[in-house]
Amino acid sequence: MFSPIDFAILLLKIGVITLGFALPIGGLLTLYGDRKLSALIQNRVGPNRAKVFGIQSSLLSLPQFVADGIKMLFKEDAMPDNADRFWHFIAPALALLPAITLWAVIPFGDLYCTGTVQVKDYMDVCVGGEQKNYFSIANLDAGLLYVFAISSISVYGAALAGWSTNSKFALIGGLRSTAQMISYEVTMGLSLAGTMLIYGTLNLNEMAQQQGALLGGWLPAWGIVYQPVAFFLFFIAMMAETKRAPFDVPEGESEIVAGYFTEFSALKFGAIQLSEYVGTIFVGALVATIFFGGWQVPFLYGDGFHFGSGGVDIAVPYEGVVALRLVAFIAKTLFFVLLQFMLRWTLPRFRYDQIMNLGWKILLPISIANLVITAIIVLAF
Amino acid sequence: MSVTVRITQRPERTLRVQAYIPEVIRGLSVTTRQMLRNLFGGKDITTIQYPEVKRRYPERYRGLHRLMHRDDGQVRCVACMCCSTACPANCIHIVAAEHDDNGIEKYPATFVIDELRCIVCGFCVEACPCDAIRMDSGVHVQPFLDRDTAFFDKGELLSRGTASIATQGGTFKGSSHSHH
Repeated sequence: MFSPIDFAILLLKIGVITLGFALPIGGLLTLYGDRKLSALIQNRVGPNRAKVFGIQSSLLSLPQFVADGIKMLFKEDAMPDNADRFWHFIAPALALLPAITLWAVIPFGDLYCTGTVQVKDYMDVCVGGEQKNYFSIANLDAGLLYVFAISSISVYGAALAGWSTNSKFALIGGLRSTAQMISYEVTMGLSLAGTMLIYGTLNLNEMAQQQGALLGGWLPAWGIVYQPVAFFLFFIAMMAETKRAPFDVPEGESEIVAGYFTEFSALKFGAIQLSEYVGTIFVGALVATIFFGGWQVPFLYGDGFHFGSGGVDIAVPYEGVVALRLVAFIAKTLFFVLLQFMLRWTLPRFRYDQIMNLGWKILLPISIANLVITAIIVLAF
Repeated sequence: MSVTVRITQRPERTLRVQAYIPEVIRGLSVTTRQMLRNLFGGKDITTIQYPEVKRRYPERYRGLHRLMHRDDGQVRCVACMCCSTACPANCIHIVAAEHDDNGIEKYPATFVIDELRCIVCGFCVEACPCDAIRMDSGVHVQPFLDRDTAFFDKGELLSRGTASIATQGGTFKGSSHSHH
């Protein structure tokens, strides 16, 4: 059943999605998004000094970012005297691994149909062929549960990184990070419970498939149409999970140096930093999948665009449809990544007690109310 | 004099403000507009790309020292020690020597400025009675990789110098232009 070719495809998918998409985009956005975009917002130029063969590209400043990455590789890996050597060594990996593993269930495109595709009730039906899973690493039926599980595990990286260095700043950062993640985990789960009720599945690809429907023949049935409140709750909770501003008290540059990774340098620092940015992109991908139709392009189905109720209006070959969907998914993901960056450079950060207040006293009641109302409506119709 | 009281209006906590999301969107629109504005044209960016583009220093900017020339190219300095006395950082080291020309009497055999000690106050220029030392070269002090290179000797200081239009005093007018 599991042939060598399948295994090769699996390895290729893992390689392309993690090493080819998540990590490079993460690395690029780390530097480009945070340093260059913030510079533009604040009327600065940003880093632009690195030259390659005497050529200086001031617009994109890509050589600078490559130079920063190389520099990080060759920096001294300093470890405090009384650090717990083993956990200090392991913690950055514990932070980075969950961030990468999360990508296993994200569908970059629909199951590939080897036969002919027919469109029935806004759904692609594969006739006379197999459905091959080419665009996600694993087509898990428990996809969303997997996301919850792995994203909860990622707190170990931060907590252990904070504890193992024997630094007070890092310990406070680790504790704050733990408290924050546990608080917002609740809201995150409850806000998505409503979407689970509506879609009736935990499989992320099936969720995306269902979002191809049209409400009243014109409005794409994206998750945000059904669950607008859940979208806001989930987006806020996920931003808190990734520890980005305005929820950046675990790092709190103005109070506790760099929080839980104060005592990390060189590639260990790079790994922790990268894990946060990969997490940011994952939030973008997950929000796009659950609330914004995933790989769906509005009105586009397996054989082309359907604007009215009858037949194909603009025929598109199946390969073209697949390519368009891939582009659509990546564009949606990057849009939400950009939104997070813009929010970071727009909003002032919360005080620690304000974060706890927001999490437990505002977001949690709203998410429970949202769940109850959704459940009643789903039961009634 | 009466006390004036100004009453400032605190922003009201209306529903719109407290709902947070409209205000967040308003903030986002401000930052996004600024980002796009700078992305296409960079109208508000005032950064000067230093090594490629240089800002003109103001006329009275105090840069690296230079020693001025007489009309015949000799150093104008008469080794009166006014500058090294005035120097609060003690960075000017002059060894005076007797000049063959009686009209000049003294000249600096060595004239060394330690640019690492110099605090760029300009007191030496103020103190100089014969317009021999100036800081109007328009060149700012460069970083030094080696301490030894920070000692600027007479030759180096003269290399930045030019002839001064000020006439230099002395009783033997004609002989001050003679060569040695």
